[in-house]
Amino acid sequence: MIREHVPHAARLSFLLILTAAFAAPSAWADLPQQTPSIFAPASAPASSIFGLSIFTLAITGGIFVVVGGLLAFAIIRYRERANDDTSEPPQIYGSMQVELAWTVIPILIVVVLFLTTARIIFAIQDAPQPKDALDVTVIGHQFWWEFRYPKLGIVTANELHVPVSTARDPEPTYLHLLSADVDHSFWVPQLAGKTDLIPNHPNETWIEPTHTGLYYGQCAQFCGVEHAKMLLRVYVDTPAQFAAWVKDQQQAGAEEPQVAAGREIFETHACANCHAIKGTGALGTFGPDLTHLASRDTIAAGAANNTPQELFNWIKNPDSIKPGCLMPSMQLSDNDIHELVAYLETLH
Amino acid sequence: MADQSIPIGGSLDAAPRERERLPLLDRLHEWVVTVDHKRLGILYVLYALFFLVVAGAEALSMRVQLAVPNNHFLPPEIYDQFFTMHGTTMVFLVGMPILFGIANYIVPLQIGARDMAFPRLNAFSFWLTAFGGILLYWSYIGGFGLYGMGNAPDVGWWAYAPLSTKPFSIGPTVDYWALALIVSGFGTLGTAINIVATTLSMRCKGMTLLRMPLFVWLMLVVSALTLITITPLTAAQVMLLLDRNLGAHFFDAQAGGSALLWIHFFWIFGHPEVYVLVLPVFGIASEIIPVFSRKAIFGYPAMVAASVGIAFVSLGVWAHHMFTVGMSSVGNTFFVLSTMMVGIPTGIKIFNWLATIWGGKVRFQTPMLFCVAFLFQFLIAGLTGIMLSVAPWDWQLHNSYFVIAHFHYVLVGAIIFNIFAAVYYWFPKVTGKMLSETLGKWHFWLFLIGFHLTFDTMHFVGILGMPRSIYTYEANRGWGTLNFIISVGAFIQGIAVLIFLWNVIVSLRKGKEAGNDPWDAWTLEWATPSPPPAYNFASDPVVHSRRPLWDIKHPDDPDWKYES
Repeated sequence: MIREHVPHAARLSFLLILTAAFAAPSAWADLPQQTPSIFAPASAPASSIFGLSIFTLAITGGIFVVVGGLLAFAIIRYRERANDDTSEPPQIYGSMQVELAWTVIPILIVVVLFLTTARIIFAIQDAPQPKDALDVTVIGHQFWWEFRYPKLGIVTANELHVPVSTARDPEPTYLHLLSADVDHSFWVPQLAGKTDLIPNHPNETWIEPTHTGLYYGQCAQFCGVEHAKMLLRVYVDTPAQFAAWVKDQQQAGAEEPQVAAGREIFETHACANCHAIKGTGALGTFGPDLTHLASRDTIAAGAANNTPQELFNWIKNPDSIKPGCLMPSMQLSDNDIHELVAYLETLH
Repeated sequence: MADQSIPIGGSLDAAPRERERLPLLDRLHEWVVTVDHKRLGILYVLYALFFLVVAGAEALSMRVQLAVPNNHFLPPEIYDQFFTMHGTTMVFLVGMPILFGIANYIVPLQIGARDMAFPRLNAFSFWLTAFGGILLYWSYIGGFGLYGMGNAPDVGWWAYAPLSTKPFSIGPTVDYWALALIVSGFGTLGTAINIVATTLSMRCKGMTLLRMPLFVWLMLVVSALTLITITPLTAAQVMLLLDRNLGAHFFDAQAGGSALLWIHFFWIFGHPEVYVLVLPVFGIASEIIPVFSRKAIFGYPAMVAASVGIAFVSLGVWAHHMFTVGMSSVGNTFFVLSTMMVGIPTGIKIFNWLATIWGGKVRFQTPMLFCVAFLFQFLIAGLTGIMLSVAPWDWQLHNSYFVIAHFHYVLVGAIIFNIFAAVYYWFPKVTGKMLSETLGKWHFWLFLIGFHLTFDTMHFVGILGMPRSIYTYEANRGWGTLNFIISVGAFIQGIAVLIFLWNVIVSLRKGKEAGNDPWDAWTLEWATPSPPPAYNFASDPVVHSRRPLWDIKHPDDPDWKYES
């Protein structure tokens, strides 16, 4: 595992230049403004990639200044002027020495850049998994994310919770990437580069977040009509927060008698064919597990906030929020949907 | 040696007899049945310009949709169709036809031939390509029969399986996509064979391989590369059609097929394809930059070697499109190295163009303006290419708007800019009229401003984490302002293209007479009248150097004294 430390000031200045200067005012006031910039890393692989990218930028920037400067000089210095005579300039056909020089210098640059790149590739890709690392299986679906914590017995969707990693208590998370249908790609820019989820081709990646907070990502491989709304959130929790979240998620679905009507609608309609709620007869696996739906901030893979009103709209007509998504409108009466929403709201 | 074998200027008594004007229908018929390489070249270019406008309109619609967050201008289905059709159209129906069209017109003239080696194959290839384009767009009308008017392929121009297989793409639109590209691919293969045969066997007396103009050299290299690169795409598309229609399982992961297989096939085609598009414009730049700098090209043998080198290395870099599919660390490292190596011959080319300008007398007429912009933009495109070859950084940048910015810097900043340069440069030869310099400069500066607003900005929005292929995005990501700038730039480019089309129409009617050699150039096409007669040259030219017209214009100081 590599820990190339990026000076905080450098990171901050990039953020200031690239994000603050261009940030658009938020239209959805209840969502925190946060740009998932690759130059604002908050996790181990993303930060070593950031270091490598600054190194590459410095080299390519230097080349640009030199070659671009020579080009600009040449076209200005050697432009045809109004008082020039009509004679042709001296004809020069080439020079072996010069050709050799501008072949060898790029080769040397390539060697340096290649060796640096290779070192980081091996450091990231071949990092051995520590025994106590958290394992999460990520399954891409059209158009949502399934997260399974096999050692903890948790199944959830679209909002990944992981513990923060500190120098005293390193806590990386290893992600095993699968797909249930077509190609997807797991990308949370501030945590790690992307890795594809390809059917019948298991992949792996890891993150080791050093800062708590909420990080945005989304599917980065076109996967069909609602690819744009296959959003992804990663909550990096303190160890205490994470332990509390795990404890909650391991419970069966809440049972409150005053919402029994909604629960019955859920279990006796087609909802149960696609969605599971632990502790009930609903065992479907085509859609997200809803055992702790109310503990999530968003619905529909981040396409809407998890409020009773949005939940109502979503159940009544999913296409109004996410046109083309695979959840059908069940043609329930408004009253039934209200009962259903009341039940789902209790699933903390 | 010193005897003048090629008449120049107006001294050639080959002006065609004034032809009687045929009725419209007969003239159209002449164009349909023509096997003349010049007429076919013009047909290719017109066909490509038509689709340039179509695919440009698709791009502008997408830019309206993305101009502000959470927009509802295009529904997602239409947006997906538009980016699929935009990419497919620009690569297969604009880029390749326009470059092969220019080659069709110019290559025989530059090597002193009277036509291509196989004129009938030439006509056949054009009409196959044209039919392929019509077939692709027919999917809008016939995609689902009359019930489904308005459907088109919507799986991206890369059409990754299994998204493009039957369970995930019902209806025949993907079949249209595959069949149309197979058909136009056969047309491209025919033209490639034709160019290889023409350059190898139709050169005039004295034109050895190392005296061929660089544009001809590049077209020879590109045509050879095309023969290698189209085949895997055709094979993959046949497999896809078998999967979709006859129950095969090449790409069906659930039945033991491989989704990864398609990605490999596609990029074994797809990466060399980039070079099929960019190498011809290297040839165009290598014709225009010397003429407008008033100097011979610097390091001709190095330019030839670098071109062959780029083509060769380009066959071994395809998996740099696949750094995120989960290859082994050794596999990734190999493709990092091979990709970075492309930078070496590419650097040689840029340095040689720079050295050609160095010490010259640069004339900034419209063709040269486009070429100068090309040099800077191609430098940047090359450097962002180096950034993307750094695999760990590519894990971040892959499929983000940074990649879109990078390849549009190549496809627009290098290729389209040089295609405009070529049109301004050779339009006088083809039509006998000059394009307006005033309109040309408006076209250039507007296109330049629009290009940089759009594609410079895309780099930043990619670094801020915006993925490609999304029809909308949330306001709280901080991408809104940048996307608005990108869209404004796109429309400025659109206006510039309209000015260009207007320039073509106006200049055709009232343009200044061009004469045989308006640019005081040095290659053989400028020794014939403008437009050239059907037989090109009244007598077979004989050349003694790479710049036959220079030798004639400067009998006291001819090139053949210095060329090794």
